[in-house]
Amino acid sequence: MLARIRMFFAERNVMEVETPLLSASTVTDPHLASLSTRCRPPARDSEQRVYLQTSPEFAMKRLLAAGSGPIFQICKAFRDGEAGRWHNPEFTLLEWYRPGYDHLRLMDEVEELVGGLLRRPTARRMTYAEVFKTCVGADPFAAGERALARLAVDLGLSAESAAKLDRAGCLDFVFSAGVQPALRELGCVLIRDFPASQAALARVSPHDRRVAERFEMLVDGIELANGYHELSDAGEQRSRFLRDLATRKRLGATEPPLDERLLAALEHGLPKCAGVAVGVDRLLMLAAGVTDIRQVLAFPIDRA
Amino acid sequence: MASIGMNDLRVGVKIIIEADPCVILESDLVKPGKGQAFTRIKFRNLKTGRVLERTFKAGDSVEVADVIDTDLQYLYADGQFWHFMDPASYEQHSADSQAVGEAAKWLKEQDVCAVTLWNGAPITVSPPNFVILRVVETDPGVRGDTASGGTKPATLETGAIVKVPLFLEQGEVIKVDTRTGEYVSRVKDGDQ
Repeated sequence: MLARIRMFFAERNVMEVETPLLSASTVTDPHLASLSTRCRPPARDSEQRVYLQTSPEFAMKRLLAAGSGPIFQICKAFRDGEAGRWHNPEFTLLEWYRPGYDHLRLMDEVEELVGGLLRRPTARRMTYAEVFKTCVGADPFAAGERALARLAVDLGLSAESAAKLDRAGCLDFVFSAGVQPALRELGCVLIRDFPASQAALARVSPHDRRVAERFEMLVDGIELANGYHELSDAGEQRSRFLRDLATRKRLGATEPPLDERLLAALEHGLPKCAGVAVGVDRLLMLAAGVTDIRQVLAFPIDRA
Repeated sequence: MASIGMNDLRVGVKIIIEADPCVILESDLVKPGKGQAFTRIKFRNLKTGRVLERTFKAGDSVEVADVIDTDLQYLYADGQFWHFMDPASYEQHSADSQAVGEAAKWLKEQDVCAVTLWNGAPITVSPPNFVILRVVETDPGVRGDTASGGTKPATLETGAIVKVPLFLEQGEVIKVDTRTGEYVSRVKDGDQ
């Protein structure tokens, strides 16, 4: 599978790159926990805290800003606390960036790669609002927070948990518990136009401020790929980081230092581009027809 | 009462859900890539036996149920309660009909049963897998018919009714599998 992925990009003149797994800073996403360790740089006495990447997106964007052109990477990523049937704290990501593409054009390429690897027919394309309406009969933009919380409880969330969730959290739950199971029968589905509250690193649509230019590919209900028409505005990026940190503080999560090197690269200028990350372990699971990530890992975390 | 976090919701752990003690059968992380993390558990309500699913968000906590499984000796029934004794400590426990349930028809004095205690009180009683009971009522035996495979109902000393081979006589002692309610074999007095 790795050889076929590399061939796919070689044929399209996308350069393979490697960026560090260890970094002086990390993502601020409120719901991601980075692993960290200490490192003593040469000729220095004091130890420095370094983070294991949760994805290579920041480093790859710095390469793009330096004029790398289209690039891809297959690397390890780490997310603390994530272990289960579909998660291992150490996992493999395929990530690639296309200068000059928007999210729609990149969706075509994701479909071409994944459809080819898994030998799947054409993906169904839907917006986030359409999948919600189809699968759970709710409008994710118009529905009030209390209606969403009620829907979450109907789908099996404990009432105490629902009472503490914000709107984005309710949407996350309804998506996991209501939408994903309903998509199991639909094979490949590409979902776009996520709510702006879940933009992450995507730009907000200039045509509709409620939606972000973000997409996901789900295969048999499994979240396989997540892509963005990338945010390139350094000011907007900094304010999202700061908002994330405020949320992290409220949740009692660690507050890592901002990635000033990424911000400087955005300042310098990130070419207009789209990028996407694909979970390689899940790709293997789907190809092998198994439903536990441990079946595609040589040594999962409990035996690592 | 003690609480535990989401990371401790493992298979076999006993917790309180909606005021009832439950045991976790399956536990899994549910997490959209960058979104909120949840823990989905499948659990059995220990009082009703029903299996359900429930999801909690990361950071929440759940009350632990003080539930233990223990072996107790059945002593007697007084019409309202079934009385058991811990053979080690001689401590006695009384179980109501809801806790004893279907097990009632297999309970014979002195037999050791698996009892689940919640806050020290029995909530379920499981009889031994095999019990040895006397047939108190059945149609007369068909002499020599050990091969036809036919059966007839027999009432046992505890009130249970099981299907037994045609050759069995009233007063005989038999071994029964309580999990299936089926006759296993005839037991000669002294074999037990």
